[in-house]
Amino acid sequence: MTHYLLTVHGPAETDEYGNYGSKEEMEEAFAATGAFNDKLRADGYWVFAGGLQPASTATVVDGQGETPVMTDGPYLETKEVIGGFWVIDAPDLDVALELAAEGSMACRGKVEVRPFDGLA
Amino acid sequence: MQGGTAAVERVFREEYGRLIASLVRRFGDIDIAEEAAGEAFLAAVEKWPESGTPPNPGGWLTTTAGNRAIDRIRREKQRDARHQAALMYRDDTPDEHTGPVEDDRLRLLFTCCHPALAPEARIALTLRLLGGLTVAQIAHAFLVPETTMAQRITRAKKKIAAAKVPYRVPEAADLPERLGGVLAVLFLVFNEGYLATGDGDPVRAELTGEATRLTRVLRQLLPEEAEVAGLLGLLLLTEARREARVRNGQLVPLGEQDRAGWDRGLIAEGHELVRECLAINRPGRYQILAAINAVHTDAPTASDTDWSQVVALYDQLTRLDPSPIVALNRAVAVAELDGPTVALTLVDRLPLTGYHAWHVARADMLRRLGRTAEAKESYDAAIAATQNSAERAYLSMKRGELV
Repeated sequence: MTHYLLTVHGPAETDEYGNYGSKEEMEEAFAATGAFNDKLRADGYWVFAGGLQPASTATVVDGQGETPVMTDGPYLETKEVIGGFWVIDAPDLDVALELAAEGSMACRGKVEVRPFDGLA
Repeated sequence: MQGGTAAVERVFREEYGRLIASLVRRFGDIDIAEEAAGEAFLAAVEKWPESGTPPNPGGWLTTTAGNRAIDRIRREKQRDARHQAALMYRDDTPDEHTGPVEDDRLRLLFTCCHPALAPEARIALTLRLLGGLTVAQIAHAFLVPETTMAQRITRAKKKIAAAKVPYRVPEAADLPERLGGVLAVLFLVFNEGYLATGDGDPVRAELTGEATRLTRVLRQLLPEEAEVAGLLGLLLLTEARREARVRNGQLVPLGEQDRAGWDRGLIAEGHELVRECLAINRPGRYQILAAINAVHTDAPTASDTDWSQVVALYDQLTRLDPSPIVALNRAVAVAELDGPTVALTLVDRLPLTGYHAWHVARADMLRRLGRTAEAKESYDAAIAATQNSAERAYLSMKRGELV
């Protein structure tokens, strides 16, 4: 089994409905994502998952010098950012890609699949 | 022992795809498979010229390579626990989870043609691992520097290992979708064999044969897929003319081939497939190309060719694939139907100045129009752009005939 990071990418600027369009559509996406999470748990793929606050709430810390340097905002200023992620444990890439497609459909965003180089 | 080494090289290249595929299944790692195959080759070069080629050279190579791979894994197990863990993901139970196809080479083919890999990497990996071409030959075929091709292949292999691209034929439900990529790669492997690049044999029958063999297996597994039938028909009708296509190291164009040298058995089989495709009536790219080749192989002599039918089929293909290469092939048929003046106008507006076949078509049309000086220039450009020795010989002969 291999661990894969599934990151959801979407626009950095979001409106009050998280760019889902309307309250109803946002609630539908949340429900679909919840159902997908339940399925990941039931099928044994689940490791961890979560949605993230907007990138504007991020802080970059550089602790390599004598005193840590803090910078407000995300590491990269981009129009598209990571909005949430899953960590799954899957037997191979085909399974990971299939789950990513289901997750993408559920949360209504593009999903990047990237294997872990081992876990600590 | 130069002759001995050449004999080993020939066997090795014939056996390469099968050897790598079985090693990948056994050890679950492409790098280990390639390295072990390379060591088995060196062992064969050392032993065979003296002790004679073994009765089952493929079996000898597989056993020797397998032993070398086990030796390497033992060494690495001792010094690298992490690699050991990686190697535990190997297919020890090859009969489970393997989908409907049991051929090692087909599994490797679906791995090499996986949609998570870049399209150019799929073709390169297939030619390297199943066709046994060197990185240099593949780089030459794709007109990129060798270092670029080496990086492309290395990167793809690294992704297969790190992301765990499975070594497996897809389940029946996913098979049709994954098929398009595999067909494209098989066609390209066939073409590399049919008009080989490099200074070696102008036709590499082991590549055309391998592409045909794998397509036959696909056809048995997916009898309902019209495009598989179409590709097989196309390959058979092309392969049928292979023997007549080179004479004295020189390419013989379709119109000048000795049709008695065509393989009638393959032609009959190809025509049957084309008829089957027509009955299914779900036309696709390979089926149309097969139908075009059916028209050619149906004509007792070149002058009997039904060129209006060929042009009509290219019109149909253009609707599916409006690429300049299809337009070029259509123009070559138009030259036979409406003459070289009309055809040259079509050819001249195509953005294909880097493509040898464009220069070949122009040279031929200019020659027929009596525009000798321009024809000579075009032949020179075609000779410079072609990478096939037999085609170069033919073009040089045509160039020499112009006065």
